Amino acid sequence: MTRLLPHPLLTPILAVIWLLLNNSINPGQIVLGLIFGWIIPVLTIQFWPEAVSIRKPFVLIRYTAILLFDIIMANFTVARLILGNPDKLQPVFIQLPLDLTSDLAISLLANSITLTPGTLSAQLSEDRRYLLVHALNETNPETLAATIKQRYERPLKEIFESC
Amino acid sequence: MLTLSIQIAFVLVTAAIVLSFWRLFRGPDVPNRILALDTLYVNTIAILVLLGIHLDSALFFEAALLIALMGFIGTVALCKYLLRGDIIE
Amino acid sequence: MLEYFLSLLILIGAAFTFIGSLGLVRLKDLYTRLHGPTKATTLGVGSLLIASACYFSIYGENISLHELLITLFLFITAPVSAHLIAKAALHLNLPSLAKLQETEMNDEAEIDPAGAIEKNQDTDTRNAGQKTKPTDSLSDRT
Repeated sequence: MTRLLPHPLLTPILAVIWLLLNNSINPGQIVLGLIFGWIIPVLTIQFWPEAVSIRKPFVLIRYTAILLFDIIMANFTVARLILGNPDKLQPVFIQLPLDLTSDLAISLLANSITLTPGTLSAQLSEDRRYLLVHALNETNPETLAATIKQRYERPLKEIFESC
Repeated sequence: MLTLSIQIAFVLVTAAIVLSFWRLFRGPDVPNRILALDTLYVNTIAILVLLGIHLDSALFFEAALLIALMGFIGTVALCKYLLRGDIIE
Repeated sequence: MLEYFLSLLILIGAAFTFIGSLGLVRLKDLYTRLHGPTKATTLGVGSLLIASACYFSIYGENISLHELLITLFLFITAPVSAHLIAKAALHLNLPSLAKLQETEMNDEAEIDPAGAIEKNQDTDTRNAGQKTKPTDSLSDRT
């Protein structure tokens, strides 16, 4: 079973992407999309050795909604900062200690940090315990780290890692 | 109304492309130039999408998709080269 | 009515694209410059693409959603390329205006936060001709 269908989640996602790419919902395209969705994970199993499991789908949906809202707010914040006086910015590097361990969760956290207000993930330490985060304008680094941990890291930990 | 706003949008996006080119020529170092190229391809996608609406043609979609794919691969390859001195190890 | 909505989306998108590139010119060091394109440009191009999807769904023969694919792709790739550029810049020891802060109070301080950053000092010569900027706090620490 695991050899024939290594990533059950990837199959419908690839099929939907195929339908979007072709911009049609013909039955033929659906079948072709499902065939691609099955054959691509089987052929690329070497690149994705570990299985992905989502433990709490509702938390994932809520997380996505929060993230989308934050991305829109982030754009207005950054636009205001760019149009303001660039000399007044107080950029800062902070170290974020990580509780997450799985690769997918860490990369999702890094992506979320980059997409949200005024922060940018710059580097993951060799032992995967710290993430170096650059903030565009932050006077209070401690609260920023606490906000990131509470708002983004905790839901990701709930979704991808049993706690 | 739509025509006017598309024309204003063309002006803004073209100005964005000019600004990215300024950073590309000005430098002062390689990562800044990579960042300018990265911004440039995203701006190119924007202008292709606008052109698609303006000329009422869906053909520009494929070009925009290809630029998105190739631009990302280009950025990754250039950064990888800076980091490791080699692209394929 | 619909035309006004589309116009608004297009204008917002173009304005954010412009602001993102403006940040590229106005801001002072590479790390702050990275913020402009990754955020403003993603939403800018995102809303242009949504406008395009609406336009072709309404005025075309059938519903057109494939623009969402580019939006999705940009949202996934923009953070990755920003991360890689930041990593390359740290690797080359580019000067930064930012200070490095310790956030944790426990005695992890001896772990060099920029661990891998300082791996090759010999690239310093490449930046020797750089205009002097306020102290490079990252390399001051080591």
